[in-house]
Order: sequence, then C-alpha cells, then structure tokens
Amino acid sequence: MAALETFYDVIRRQGISRRSFLKFCSLAAASMGLPPAMAGRIAHAMETKPRIPVLWVHGLECTCCSESFIRSAHPLAKDVILSMISLDYDPVIMAAAGDQAEAALEDTIQRYKGNYILAVEGNPPLNEDGMFCIVGGKPFTEQLKHAAKDAMAVISWGSCASWGCVQAAHPNPTQATPVHKVITDKPVIKVPGCPPIAEVMTGVVTYMLTFGRLPELDRQGRPKMFYSQRIHDKCYRRPHFDAGQFVEEWDDEGARKGYCLYKMGCKGPTTYNACSTTRWNEGVSFPIQSGHGCIGCSEDGFWDKGSFYERLTDIKQFGIEANADKIGMTAAGVAGAAIATHAALSAVKRARAGKGENQ
Amino acid sequence: MTVQTDPKDLAVHETPPGEAHARTSVYVYEAPVRLWHWINALAIVVLSVTGYLIGSPLHSTGGSGTDNFLMGGIRFVHFTAAYVFAIGFLARLYWAFVGNHHARQLFTLPFWNGAWWRELFGELKWYLFLEKEPKKYVGHNPLAHAVMFFVITLGSIFMILTGFALYAEGTGHDSWQWAAFGWMTAIFPNTQGLHTWHHLGMWVIILFVMVHVYAAVREDIMSRQSIISTMISGERMFKDNRP
Repeated sequence: MAALETFYDVIRRQGISRRSFLKFCSLAAASMGLPPAMAGRIAHAMETKPRIPVLWVHGLECTCCSESFIRSAHPLAKDVILSMISLDYDPVIMAAAGDQAEAALEDTIQRYKGNYILAVEGNPPLNEDGMFCIVGGKPFTEQLKHAAKDAMAVISWGSCASWGCVQAAHPNPTQATPVHKVITDKPVIKVPGCPPIAEVMTGVVTYMLTFGRLPELDRQGRPKMFYSQRIHDKCYRRPHFDAGQFVEEWDDEGARKGYCLYKMGCKGPTTYNACSTTRWNEGVSFPIQSGHGCIGCSEDGFWDKGSFYERLTDIKQFGIEANADKIGMTAAGVAGAAIATHAALSAVKRARAGKGENQ
Repeated sequence: MTVQTDPKDLAVHETPPGEAHARTSVYVYEAPVRLWHWINALAIVVLSVTGYLIGSPLHSTGGSGTDNFLMGGIRFVHFTAAYVFAIGFLARLYWAFVGNHHARQLFTLPFWNGAWWRELFGELKWYLFLEKEPKKYVGHNPLAHAVMFFVITLGSIFMILTGFALYAEGTGHDSWQWAAFGWMTAIFPNTQGLHTWHHLGMWVIILFVMVHVYAAVREDIMSRQSIISTMISGERMFKDNRP
C-alpha cells in the first residue's frame, strides 16, 4: 500500500490550527453519540492513520445522496472529502472525466487492493443484462462487481442502494436491485434515506477512519448509532400523540398548534432514522417540524406501503384499494349476513323436523 | 303445591324412563381450560377495541397536552391486555401437557388421519343442511377442531409474534422484547407491513368470534350435545343415547 498523508497532515497544510482540529474531533465524537473521552481517540486516529481511499460509484440514482453529503456541517464535507478520506473516484464531483476518470478507478483498485472502501450511490438494474445504466461503456452492474471484488467494505448510500427505492417500486421494470443482493461476499453498511442525513453519512465515514472497523450494525445492516430509534421515539410532537391530540385536517387548529401528524399518515412510528435528533441543514429543521408527516423514506419499500397521507396501508392485492379495516369490516358484514341466513335456515329446518316428530 | 303439567308438553318431550336415566355426561374441560377461555375472550374484546383505536384514533382532544393521556392510556390498556393474552396462551400450552387429553386437542391436528377428514366433511355437510343429524363428539368436532387450530392456536401465535415485535419498537433495541421478537423485522423489514398484518390478524379473529358464538348457540340448540354450559361447568351432556 502506497504511503498516504494523514488527515492531520492535510488540514495542517491547509492552515487549520490544532485547536480547531481538536474542536472538530469533539464535534465528530458528539455527533456519533460517543463519550467525550473518545474525542481523544478520534484525534489520535486522525493524526496517525493514513486516509482511507474511497471509490464512489453511481448506479440508478438521482444524486440526492451526493447533494446531501456535500452539505454536511459537522464535519464539513470539504473536510471529509479533502482530508479524512482520499476520494479517488466520484464521477459526479471529480475534475477528471472519461478515460482519465476510469483510469483513476483502476489505479485505486490495483494499488489499494482490499484496503479501499466502495461507496455506492444508487443500485444496479439487473433486467436486460443491466443495459439500463451504462457507465464508461459497460453496464453499471459490471462496474459495481469489479470495484467491489477488492474492496474492504461497501457502503450503500441512500435508500436506492440499501433497499431499491423508487426505481425498485412496483412493478420495477428495470429490476433495480439493492447492492447487498448483488454483492454478497463483502460487508455492506446500509445508510438508507432519500437522501440520508449529511451528518449521518460523514459520521459513518469518520467512525470507520477513527476505529478502523465498521460501525456496529443492526439486524438490517444499518449503523446502530443512527438507526436504532424511530422518528416517533424522539419526535418533539410525541407528547401530543400520547395525549391523543392530532392534526385532523391540513390547516386545522391542531395543525396550527403543532399537534401529532399520525392521522395525516406520518410514518414516524415505523421509520428508523436520526431526523428527529440530528435534523437537517445544520440542525435547522426536519419534515415534522415543518408541519408535514414523515414519509418513511429510509424504510424498505416505502413507495409501496400505501399513501404518504394515510395511516393505514392500502392493500392492493384485493384489486381495489382497501386498507385492513375496510377489508375486515366488509368480511365481517358478509359473515354476519351469512350467519343470519344460516340461522334462519336452521330455524326452518328445526321447525320442519319438529313437525315431523309430531306426526 | 303441585306443578301443573300441560299434557301436550309431556307428549312432545316424553322419553322412555330407561333412556332418560341413561343420559350421559363427560367431564371434558377442566377448570384451568374454562378459566383461560373466558379470560382469553375478554382479552380479545379489549385488544380488538383498543387495537382498532390505535389504528384509527378517536377525534383529537383539546386542551393542554400535559392534562391528557388518552392515546397513551389506550395503548397501555392494549399492552396490558396483550400480556394477559400472551401469558394466558403460555399457561394454556402448559396445561396441554399436564391436563387431560381434551386439553391437547387445541394444539394438535390429525392431518394424516383419513377418518378425521371424512368426519370433517360430514360436519360440513351438517352445516350445509345436507345431513339430517350430526355425530356426537366429546371434544371439538373435526370442523371446529380445524378452525380452532388455525385461528386460535396459529392465529394467537401470529398475533403474539407480530404484536410483541411492534411493542419492541417502542421498548427499544436493547429490550428483551426486541431480543425475543425483533427477528420478525427480518420478515417484515418495513414495520408498516407488520402493522398491516397485525391489523388483518385482528379481523380474522373477529370473524372467528362471530362464527364461534353463532356455532356455539346453534350447536347448543340443534346438535346432540351441550356446548355453552360445557364451557361453564366443564360437563359435556348428551341429549340421546344413540351412537
């Protein structure tokens, strides 16, 4: 492995003071929910560990993950990209293009075999031999498999790479497939969200650089530090939920008072993400704070879980759109009518039998 | 004081003296089974009402948030009843091992028994008015047995698994509920789906209750054995002495 500068070398060269560097380490530790003592460990890692080479590839996606990432405030994406990691390939933000860019990809794969991180934004379409997404003249599926072969680990950025997202929504014409179903022999870290929160993205990278290992993942492969609680669990409107105070209609009194958006279809109770604590745009706000329910964008198949504005999911298998209650009540009505008819017929049968006995 | 008897009534209900004395009764449902049945029935009613209100909450309350705990209260009742339901199910399972052989019927299905299937269709014919007279059964008849097995035994397990997995979302990923039931999220990665299935499960059980109550009343009147009183006294009484 070729010698690489450390993060500390790079930022000192950029004229950043040691004091600012230590502040940054404390902030990074806090954003990952680590104890203050860990700031020292982060500083030590930044000073001694070579930067991790990262290849960032793009499949079927909308680049919202990249857009989010470059808006990271703590740490600044500039710091992450230019200092902490060595972003060797990212066609969206790199200066090089064409053969030059592809050469950079090959170069990193060859030089840092088994030591680089492959970050995937978007997912590969598998239908028609992957001909829906061509990168450098080849299907993206091939580039993904090629780049993943020698990677240390794979980061699935966003809901596309993690679950499939909109292009994998029913009927999924291109057979867009999440990364972990194509790359099965490498550890895959899912960082879902459409897009994921910038601080969550940079936080994951910081953790890996600091501790030299993957963050602890939950059952579904998401970093526990950001995805172990629901929006609902830390929502500032939760007391209104418990009190039974709901927005019944947009712009009603409840909406003005900031009541719970549960009845407006908020998916906070089933969505694991850090929005209600980390928030967005340097911690300014998040959807619920702006008066709109959570749409559950970091959850598996959220496009196919019914309307964003209905609490109960529509079940389309019944041909018409109906939720569990409509189906249940219809079935109960039919059963009730059947029971009444059956009871009447039984009574007739019994009356006839009774007559028969009497004769 | 003498009891006046209408001769017409006597004519209808008169049975030969010998047969009247030969009416038999069998002790079928032991006390724990009966107790479980009624506690479970109550739990199902409470769970269905509160569960429905969790999915479709009552109209928004006004006033201060600190003075109200309506949704919290409804959820608390739901969770409490769920514990009663789940612990009751485990206790009932225990009784299947230590109780009489009728206590085991709920947990076994004689799937490979041809005679059982023939009798199940016989019972089905009885309900379709194609059979003049049903057979006598000490325990559940095969049709009731099959429905109970699928809806009460498997249905309860399904509701306990999905319900506790949903409950674990609230208790957190370091809770024992999550350790024990969190694996359900591997089957339903987006727990919105878990909610929907749990909700549909409620409706299946409500349908069962409707049919169950109707069938129990109908059988009590029209079959050759007691049904409703059996779940109170435990005694199964037979109305005739024919095979």
